[in-house]
Amino acid sequence: MDPQQLKFSPTHEWVHLSDVGGQRIATVGISAFAIALLTDLVHMELPAVGRAARPGESLGEIESVKAVSDVYSPVEGEVVEVNSGLVGNLEAMGDDPYGKSWIVKIRTTSDAGLDQLMDYATYQAQCATEG
Amino acid sequence: MSNESTTLLHTPLHAAHEKLKARLVDFAGWSMPVQYASILAEHRATREHVGLFDVSHMGRFQIRGRDAGRLLEGILTRRVDDLPAGRIRYSLVTQDDGGVLDDVLAYRHSAPDDGYLLIVNASNRARILAWIDEHRPAGCEAVCTDTTCDTAMIAVQGPHAMQLASRVLDTDGLASDPRKLRYYAHATVRWRATNVLVSRTGYTGEDGVEVILPSEFAAEFWDLLTVTEIQGQTATPAGLGARDTLRLEAAMPLYGHELETWCDPWQAGLAFAVDLDGRHFPGSDALTRNRSMPPTRQRVGLLLSGRRAARLHCPILAGGEPVGEITSGTYSPTLEQPIAMGYVPPDWAALDTELEIDVRGSIIPARVVRLPFYRRKK
Repeated sequence: MDPQQLKFSPTHEWVHLSDVGGQRIATVGISAFAIALLTDLVHMELPAVGRAARPGESLGEIESVKAVSDVYSPVEGEVVEVNSGLVGNLEAMGDDPYGKSWIVKIRTTSDAGLDQLMDYATYQAQCATEG
Repeated sequence: MSNESTTLLHTPLHAAHEKLKARLVDFAGWSMPVQYASILAEHRATREHVGLFDVSHMGRFQIRGRDAGRLLEGILTRRVDDLPAGRIRYSLVTQDDGGVLDDVLAYRHSAPDDGYLLIVNASNRARILAWIDEHRPAGCEAVCTDTTCDTAMIAVQGPHAMQLASRVLDTDGLASDPRKLRYYAHATVRWRATNVLVSRTGYTGEDGVEVILPSEFAAEFWDLLTVTEIQGQTATPAGLGARDTLRLEAAMPLYGHELETWCDPWQAGLAFAVDLDGRHFPGSDALTRNRSMPPTRQRVGLLLSGRRAARLHCPILAGGEPVGEITSGTYSPTLEQPIAMGYVPPDWAALDTELEIDVRGSIIPARVVRLPFYRRKK
């Protein structure tokens, strides 16, 4: 996916919204910048399917040799799918951060959190101040 | 993310780290590389070939004068007045209650009246400098000079480290060849127009040397280390991240983690670093008392199930009840599973004891194992 088409949270998650049979599905991953910053990923803890998601709440953890970081939900809804194939293949996570490396899909139940999201250019500007 | 502020100290290799695009962090007031590209790659390079570490942040005190030995005898847990010239000894500094203030290396200089070099942890440099001054005996003729900022210190570690050090120092065949150095010995080698102090020491569990040289020669020496091929391969600059995973696999204690004022050397499993016979130093009375009593806690090694690493302060549980705390934990690149050290009461410290660790709310099974986690083949 082209990152220009995605929305980004201040905590480095990306979101892609799509309409699937009348339901709004948010696909969530973490940005190439965040993956590069973490480096040496060794583990990911994914949420259970069916779990409720709220903006700013931890959905799971991503663990590098150095430290552990939360993956935060950017939206409100219910987890409908998780990318369990990622867990055994974290070293390849940076190869396709906006495609194969999606983390969860959430069926959104409100617009909560969406106003916090940035377009790619704004997000890039934020990263430049953190780099 | 760089936490750099203008007040951080820079090592003489700072420009070299920036050129290598290291990720620099604040460590004990120094701007230090935590990693260049990958902690895992730097770790493996050190285990399999050679890793290069800038450790210039370590405190370096020269203690000279007629009573240099007496000054150190008054504060170190271990004798150093019988240390032969050219040899090095690991010791602790304890406070009156026996709690650990620092762990240090004492180098005996070659000429007897030349005194000692004391290497202290970066985070404790000011504290130990003040401690030495406060515990100076009346009429003691010794001068303690902090030379940390005038010199650089580089660790060359790995199975081919001795070969690389000898090549770069151009000592092949000479008596000062670092390969002829014994473990925990040091020698001064002439390099370019300066003297370089080479010691067979390290903090990675691998063979290798640590080199101390004047700041103005450091960048040239580092550059030469990075371009010189050994076995068709150049050495890998490695940051504090790999230094931590390497020392943890080797079960070497780290001040602020396994060592603190709340623990004494008996609890830490460092009895070898304490010599009480006929000696008096801050903590010696308390340590004599504590030695005859069962310890309240002991340092243990833990192997965790799964892939999640425990970190500093994670509670250690036995039967659901907290019995201790993790002091260090990481994913071990060599064992490919999470390892940790922590303190538990002796009842829970026996090998193969099954415990649990609360890692951010998840209860992870763990087993007490023999330390170190990794021992190099000799």
